[in-house]
Amino acid sequence: MRTRSRSWVKYALPLAAAALSFAVPGVIGWLLLWGGLAAFAALVSGAAAARFIPRRVREGVVNAAVTAAGYAAVVFIALIFIFIFKEGGAAFVHIPPREFLRTLWQPALEPPRYGVLPLVTGSVLVTVLSLLVAVPVGVGTSVYLAEIAGAREREVIKPVVELLAAVPSVVYGLLGMVILGDVIPRLTGTPFRLNALNGGLVLAVMLTPMLASLAEDALFSVPHAYRTASYALGATKGETIRRVLLPAASSGVAAAVLLALARTVGETMAVLLATGNATILTLNPLSSVRTLTATIAIEMGETAFGSEHYHVLFALGIMLFAVTFAVNLAAEVIMGRFARRYRR
Amino acid sequence: MGRYINEARAAALTARRRCASAALAHLLRLVAYGVVAVFVGLAAYVAYRAAPVLRPSFFLQAPRGGMLEGGVATCIYGTAALLLLTAACAVPLGVLAAVYLNEFVGGGRGARVVRAGVNNLAGVPSIVFGLFGLGFFVKFLHLDVSLLAASFTLAVMVLPIIIVATEEALRAVPTDLRLGSAALGATRWQTISRVVLPNAVPGIITGTVLSIGRVAGETAPILFTGAAFYLPYLPATPREQFMELSYHIFAMATQASDITKSLPIAFGATCALLLLVFAFNLTGVLYRARLRSRKRW
Repeated sequence: MRTRSRSWVKYALPLAAAALSFAVPGVIGWLLLWGGLAAFAALVSGAAAARFIPRRVREGVVNAAVTAAGYAAVVFIALIFIFIFKEGGAAFVHIPPREFLRTLWQPALEPPRYGVLPLVTGSVLVTVLSLLVAVPVGVGTSVYLAEIAGAREREVIKPVVELLAAVPSVVYGLLGMVILGDVIPRLTGTPFRLNALNGGLVLAVMLTPMLASLAEDALFSVPHAYRTASYALGATKGETIRRVLLPAASSGVAAAVLLALARTVGETMAVLLATGNATILTLNPLSSVRTLTATIAIEMGETAFGSEHYHVLFALGIMLFAVTFAVNLAAEVIMGRFARRYRR
Repeated sequence: MGRYINEARAAALTARRRCASAALAHLLRLVAYGVVAVFVGLAAYVAYRAAPVLRPSFFLQAPRGGMLEGGVATCIYGTAALLLLTAACAVPLGVLAAVYLNEFVGGGRGARVVRAGVNNLAGVPSIVFGLFGLGFFVKFLHLDVSLLAASFTLAVMVLPIIIVATEEALRAVPTDLRLGSAALGATRWQTISRVVLPNAVPGIITGTVLSIGRVAGETAPILFTGAAFYLPYLPATPREQFMELSYHIFAMATQASDITKSLPIAFGATCALLLLVFAFNLTGVLYRARLRSRKRW
């Protein structure tokens, strides 16, 4: 019955693919598009269309297609690695490494200066500020949701947290630029309308929902017996939370914080709008700063393809890729251990 | 804890502990309600700032007058085209990859490699996807700065999210169904295509809608791969550049000639983008809730 109702699909999909491919003159784009859609057509029409092909051949073809799709993620991560390093590695051929360790970033000067230190301190400053705010608020929210809130409270707070997570980063950047750009100078007297604190607070609002839901998962995986045992010993709810649940969930929470850290370091649009983007080497939160990500976003549009500057911007991409890769890996290892400990 | 000397002190200690517990609960409640308040406040602020431009024509007209008048129709069109093409590329690949992970391999080495790839891909910063799209799709594959290059870039970015969501849907199909199908003599692919996937389709659709919603407002990956600052016409083919809502917000906030005129437009575009993103989320969440309430097993 299912086969019958789906039979139109096997005609519709190749037709749709053909229609789409006419709009795509480039041969490679044509092939890519066809490949994707043909795989899908093969999947859906699969057995129905190939009734006359021997079952073993059919299974073999499908096995190969599915396995290939399975490895697509691996292929793409490898391609990202190759292309970022190919384009960024060229920078290290022309420019001696110590040039990158200087304190001045001025690609437009003659000769151009590619000192990344102000960009690195900018990224570090914004990241630290955002985590200082987001970790207590995010973890606090998760504890409230997991341990204290009633069912109806959860029904209100959870969707709001999910919607906060769904807001695009450019929107947060705009709000930081317009709201905090007025409030922070008025309260602190800083001459910079847009500054590191602004970016940090904007990122904190972005990270809070992510931290809240990841930390909540960690709290939920702590066995219920820990709670009942703690109460049986006469502990209050507050003591149970502080002395039993948070320590038991600590490595899960730590992994959540690491994931949040990786996300902050790589976040672009929000900091681009909120931090003011002056390449100043400073650790003053009230100064305008520029992050690694913002630098790529600002300057890539102005560089000629294949120029020295272009390769240097890809080298910044290597730095970002390496840092987030390492932090994500650490988070994954910690999370794996945490999951194993409480596996039921 | 201290030593109990008499009952009065013990009672005082208990009272203090109760008090501390209640204080912590109130503090946490304050934090959680604060988060809700921030959301409500920000949403209200966006609506307030967008009010001067928000009327039906804003969503139906193209930008005019040096982009300081008119609406965001071309941006909405571009966003829709981008998301459709992205889904057309990423969904088939993501679903097949999830089938591979969930139905083909157990916990073997292949699965570990693929899973590591998926996790790493999910952790790559959005701007690095932009760089990759520029280096690979735009330059290496000669797709140029175009809707197609931007869609492919975004498709790579959303791929791990779709895989994870689809896997969840596949896991929800009970093993008994697979065993029953195998017992009737079906091959593995017959089981997957006629038993597992049909039962997982609602879950897959939900997961896909939520996944696409999560990349709907991503600006960094399309910054150098396809988004145009201003385009007086609609892109007719995927080989052309396009205007896009989130990029339009960025442009109106930072690069317009008259910020007093462009900010209301930026907030209007924000309204359009938020409506789109929230619509995706709401559809996904409501559909998921409905699925859960009438599960057959």
